[in-house]
Amino acid sequence: MADLIPLSGIVDLTPDEKQPRLWLQVMHDWIVTVDHKKIGLMYIAASLMFFAVGGIEVLLMRIQLAKPESKFLSPEQYNQLFTLHGTTMIFFVAMPILFGFGNYLVPLMIGARDMAFPRLNAYSFWIYLFGASLLYYSILGGKGVFGGSGIPDVGWFAYAPLTENGFSQGNGSDYWALGIFITGIGTIGTALNITATTICMRCKGMKLSRMPLYVWLMLVTSVMALAAIPPLSAAQIMLVLDRHLGAHFFDTQAGGSAVIWAHFFWIFGHPEVYILVMPAFAFANEIIPVFSRKAIFGYPAMVAASVGIAFISFTVWAHHMFTVGMSAVANTAFVLSTMVIAVPTGIKIFNWLATIWGGKVRFTVPMLFCIGFLFQFTIAGLTGIMLGVAPFNWQLHNSYFVVAHFHYVILGGIFFCLFGAFYYWFPKMTGRMMDETLGKWHFWMFVLGFHLTFDFMHIPGLLGMPREIYTYEPGHHWAIWNMIVTIGAFVQAIAVLIFVFNLVRSHFKGKLAGNDPWDAWTLEWATTSPPPSYNFASEPTVRSRRPLWDLKHPEEPDWEYELGTENEMAAK
Amino acid sequence: MNGWAETAGVFGLSGQIGQPPHIHALSPILGEALHAPGSSLFDRLFTSPNSIFSPQSLPAHEIFRLSMFTLIVTGAIFVTVSSLLLYAIIRFRQRPGEADADREPPQIYGSNQIELAWTVIPILIIVVLFLSTVRVIFGIQQAPEPKQALNVQVIGHRFWWEFRYPKYGVVTANELHVPVSNDPKHPLPTYLKLTTADVDHSFWVPRLAGKTDIFGGQVNSTWIQPEATGLYLGQCAQFCGVEHARMLIRVYAQTPADFQSWIANQQKTAVEDPNVAEGQAVFEHNACINCHSIAGTMANGRFGPDLTHLMSRDTIGAGTLPNTRANLEKWIKDPDAYKPGCLMPAMKLSDQDVSQIVSYLVTLH
Repeated sequence: MADLIPLSGIVDLTPDEKQPRLWLQVMHDWIVTVDHKKIGLMYIAASLMFFAVGGIEVLLMRIQLAKPESKFLSPEQYNQLFTLHGTTMIFFVAMPILFGFGNYLVPLMIGARDMAFPRLNAYSFWIYLFGASLLYYSILGGKGVFGGSGIPDVGWFAYAPLTENGFSQGNGSDYWALGIFITGIGTIGTALNITATTICMRCKGMKLSRMPLYVWLMLVTSVMALAAIPPLSAAQIMLVLDRHLGAHFFDTQAGGSAVIWAHFFWIFGHPEVYILVMPAFAFANEIIPVFSRKAIFGYPAMVAASVGIAFISFTVWAHHMFTVGMSAVANTAFVLSTMVIAVPTGIKIFNWLATIWGGKVRFTVPMLFCIGFLFQFTIAGLTGIMLGVAPFNWQLHNSYFVVAHFHYVILGGIFFCLFGAFYYWFPKMTGRMMDETLGKWHFWMFVLGFHLTFDFMHIPGLLGMPREIYTYEPGHHWAIWNMIVTIGAFVQAIAVLIFVFNLVRSHFKGKLAGNDPWDAWTLEWATTSPPPSYNFASEPTVRSRRPLWDLKHPEEPDWEYELGTENEMAAK
Repeated sequence: MNGWAETAGVFGLSGQIGQPPHIHALSPILGEALHAPGSSLFDRLFTSPNSIFSPQSLPAHEIFRLSMFTLIVTGAIFVTVSSLLLYAIIRFRQRPGEADADREPPQIYGSNQIELAWTVIPILIIVVLFLSTVRVIFGIQQAPEPKQALNVQVIGHRFWWEFRYPKYGVVTANELHVPVSNDPKHPLPTYLKLTTADVDHSFWVPRLAGKTDIFGGQVNSTWIQPEATGLYLGQCAQFCGVEHARMLIRVYAQTPADFQSWIANQQKTAVEDPNVAEGQAVFEHNACINCHSIAGTMANGRFGPDLTHLMSRDTIGAGTLPNTRANLEKWIKDPDAYKPGCLMPAMKLSDQDVSQIVSYLVTLH
């Protein structure tokens, strides 16, 4: 039905001329492209590749931990693997895939032709790939003058002074610092681009208060990235200066400060996890309304809560440092800010619940993943509250409880939304639907594996098992839980294989999708699937937050009923 | 298999030859301190010598009570939200056979009253949780140190623990002995001053207290107050390098009498047994003395654990191996085989030299 609506002027229906092209021409096209859609797809493809690498890293770790006193890996190998796993998943998978989707979707959703700075966009992608490759080059790069490892083995947050020369011989810490520093340049470029694009390039009629929530959240995420990445980059520069030019920033034996590394890292690190979760919220904000057949409940509160979370997230960082020996007053302050940030986060969950309430829920694969997200993110947020209670944190910090908590957020929350986003926007990106049956297999297997691993991972944490240990003795009663956790990891791996198979197969053989297979309401569904390189033949004009709803329901358009815009005043 | 005997054996607590009498006396109590008597399935799954939910010390009890309160609050929130969510997706699912299946449901854009309610209620919950938390933070961090408290200086090394008792002039490693505090009217806490010789570490004995990190350039402080005699297990909780996993802690809470006799023994210089003079000579002529100290001899290295009363300890290598003659020989020949990456090099001594050195070491009670 959606395809029959006349969208005058927005879509150019002249068929493209298909000329046969050499494979080399196609490759060249992709390498030199500045088209936000192609760049977005390259981000997604590169991230999926690193996801496989990071996944193999963790499967090896889980084999080692399944039994006490296992000799499957040496301590050096294990420590390198957990360093690479964390670094890869955060910096080379989660950040780029979420910004990659943003790259693809933001200009389409605001009716723009491309990003504000297309060449900066391309540069950002390639510099990310270079930084990631530099860090992985450490596997080949050799041991340095003093022996030690080329591969970083200092943990993904690389606490000083362990990373200093005296305790980390070889160049592992340098690869870590420089690889991420360079990738960070790419993140800043994309963040700048998204900010400029959303502020300056919205189509006619799209005031900020009529932007899709996805775009709002990508804007907020980008501004956060601009503020959060520099402290990390600064700390990495200081570390390299310590290691190679005789500085002593973090060298306590020469009067430097070790704890200041932790402050710098977490001033980046906490906003970073919100930078990861906001795009996931953004996906949920688009998918849940469409498959509940209702507008998002409380749009103005959603915007306010998102902006609020962004600001507050810069005040909570030392809840990662409750055990470093801060004063009671300082600990109290960070408990307060950590609990305060729970309020806008809860508001968002309630708004999603209210969106579903009274709707007509369709259990498509994207919606299944978003429902999983809602349950799991609630749990993750609650274990986060537990971790925010500082004395409880004094037991839970650096234990497997924390590992369970943050994987619950990232995998159970963010990645569930991300999988939903794949199934939801794959038709727009490729013109074909993903297979629903394979999608449901993916969903249920992943739910099974996820819960086997991460529900039960909380227990060894409560039983006193620290993190970042390559083995443990029998007699602590940790072994049975570790075995269950490992089994769940392999179940998740199978689910991911099903997903990748579905992606590839559907690309070639999926059912043709048409412009608007889901009967949705935002501007990207008003153009073809996939969109032409110029997105829209002429600039659209919008009168509400759901322009396609207005076209499909001329008798009750959104602009007569929306809250929180001057439409509300005009309607009265 | 008998659960506690197996566990006790694993931790090197059974069948030790040449142990001082007070360690033997502790053995039955150690079993109880490790886990509940009898090894039911519940015990094997949900208890642990390291469980944060088996507090046996005042700060750990305070944390436990607060954590139970937190679990109740968060549990109630979870039950409420997930019930509503489950209800919503069942009650409001699209039913294809319905008469108006094609019509969109009524579009509700928001509600000021509802949104206000679900802003205010969480704020109230947070106020309560916050105030409870602050009470415990100050209660633990600013607990006034009683005059009779024992003071111990903890120095974290890669990958072992040094413990110094300034009041008694005692230096030991990896196994911390403290007096038990079982009279609530006369608490006898042990205050620990935490420092490092190298990188960051963290002191964590879950049944006794929350963990406190160790950073260079500052002295962190924590306290424990074990209320039952026994052995408490813990380990380093801040990644410190390749053998972070084997930097184990053993805390022995003893009756005041036992503690004083332990101290008295630790204060003595090393046993001088003429029968092992050869072994002592081999020890003193090798590089051992550059890293290790034995009070009363020329060995005064500070890089590795103090060995003056080596045989008063149950384990070697910070919990890596039970402290037996056979294990000492294996360890000295090749520490890397048991703790790969630890900073003690293989000394490449002949078998005869090793045997003589170990014959000397096993006299060091």
